[in-house]
Amino acid sequence: MGNDSIKKTLLVTVVLSLICSVLVSAAAVFLKPVQDQNIKLDVQRNILAISGLTADAKALSVAEVAELYKRIQPRLVDLKTGKFVDEANGLTVDQYDQRVAAKDPKASQALAGSKDIAGIKRQADVAKVYLVEQDGKMQTLILPVHGYGLWSTMYGFLALENNLNTVKGFGFFEQAETPGLGGEVSNPVWKSRWSGKEIYGVDGQVALHVIKGGVDPTNPGAMNQIDGLAGATLTANGVSNLIKFWLSDTGFKLFLNNLKAGNA
Amino acid sequence: MSVKTKDILLEPVVKNNPITLQILGICSALAVTTSMQVSLVMALAVIGVTTASNFAVSLIRNQIPNSIRIICQMTVIASLVIVVDQILKAYAFDISKQLSVFVGLIITNCIVMGRAEAFAMKNGPALSALDGFGNGLGYGAVLLVVAFFRELFGAGNLFGVEILQTVNNGGWYIPNGLMLLAPSAFFLIGLLIWAIRSWKVDQVEEVEFKIAPNTKFSEAH
Repeated sequence: MGNDSIKKTLLVTVVLSLICSVLVSAAAVFLKPVQDQNIKLDVQRNILAISGLTADAKALSVAEVAELYKRIQPRLVDLKTGKFVDEANGLTVDQYDQRVAAKDPKASQALAGSKDIAGIKRQADVAKVYLVEQDGKMQTLILPVHGYGLWSTMYGFLALENNLNTVKGFGFFEQAETPGLGGEVSNPVWKSRWSGKEIYGVDGQVALHVIKGGVDPTNPGAMNQIDGLAGATLTANGVSNLIKFWLSDTGFKLFLNNLKAGNA
Repeated sequence: MSVKTKDILLEPVVKNNPITLQILGICSALAVTTSMQVSLVMALAVIGVTTASNFAVSLIRNQIPNSIRIICQMTVIASLVIVVDQILKAYAFDISKQLSVFVGLIITNCIVMGRAEAFAMKNGPALSALDGFGNGLGYGAVLLVVAFFRELFGAGNLFGVEILQTVNNGGWYIPNGLMLLAPSAFFLIGLLIWAIRSWKVDQVEEVEFKIAPNTKFSEAH
């Protein structure tokens, strides 16, 4: 049977495809548990890094992450009512994934163009927030935020002090902005500038934003201003927009007010 | 090691380098060379894939029907790349996040296919594996050289360790942002090709056509 006969061609195609598919599926199936573990660990590290519970979340071992993470309590919040809920669409807090929900028409709302300042198109009805508690009292509240920068949707966390107005920490765990320019949103020095800043101005509206150039501390609005990033105006605008979006009425403002009043 | 096997292994590193002489795999060389660490992992991944794919293609070279040989090579390569990607996701999660789609794009890296078609289809498995390893090595060497300059001058770091303290971190060095963008790799690879060809003059290609001298003024009427 010659190599170029139709029979041989079909035979080689089928056998090769079978062998390759077995190889690929085996790799995918056997490595899945390790990969899932990695993803979970990565999210936990990111939350810990923002929470202020540790100075260097990357240096923690797997056991240390698990130990520290016990102090963090994930909760679900219905953004429309601004109250804690126990489940979303039948999913418990451990099963719920806000990013998956944001794509599901049943669990999310499409945003009209004028309202969608963060450029996220759809917003999940329920958000997953994280509480750091000590002796039953909330110390830190960690809110998930995301929005469009220049090239990519940036996913991050914003940690608030228990007065729900002062920023404790801020950072993106996933972004694909230009390295060296917009990508500097992940620069630790820049991220450290966020702590101590205040979100709401005297009029009760979101005032926190990234400015152009450096912040002058004598400036009356300095408490609400973050140093700009050179060469990254559009990314910085994206950051300002997503902060405004997630902390005003479209985002967590109702929830924060409820929490302050003690009826969340 | 006989002279021939040694040649097969080491020739692609400088003398017959896939990037600088064969001009293959430029795309990924532009994309992943912003840092040494990422380049190193990418180089290892490509070495693994070229070695294994050359070996596998060579094993079945006498069975592959000529009419579907390219797609057969592609199937083997694609499977291997997916396996490598899965392994990275499981055991080098941070780096696989940085490499993102580029691991998957090894499939389209011309070096892998080029070597399967040019070498593995005609030679035995052991030699083919060596050839794949050598070409991966040549690719990796260029990647690391380019990444060295890009990371050092673009971010002030090498392997993530600070060498030149940048202004953003309170030092004196103003990073060259262009180095972190893809075009800088084009310039660096161009300079590298120039340097290698000045050293090894036999690599210089014959000019395909000569530019004729300008017509003389007197002939222009």
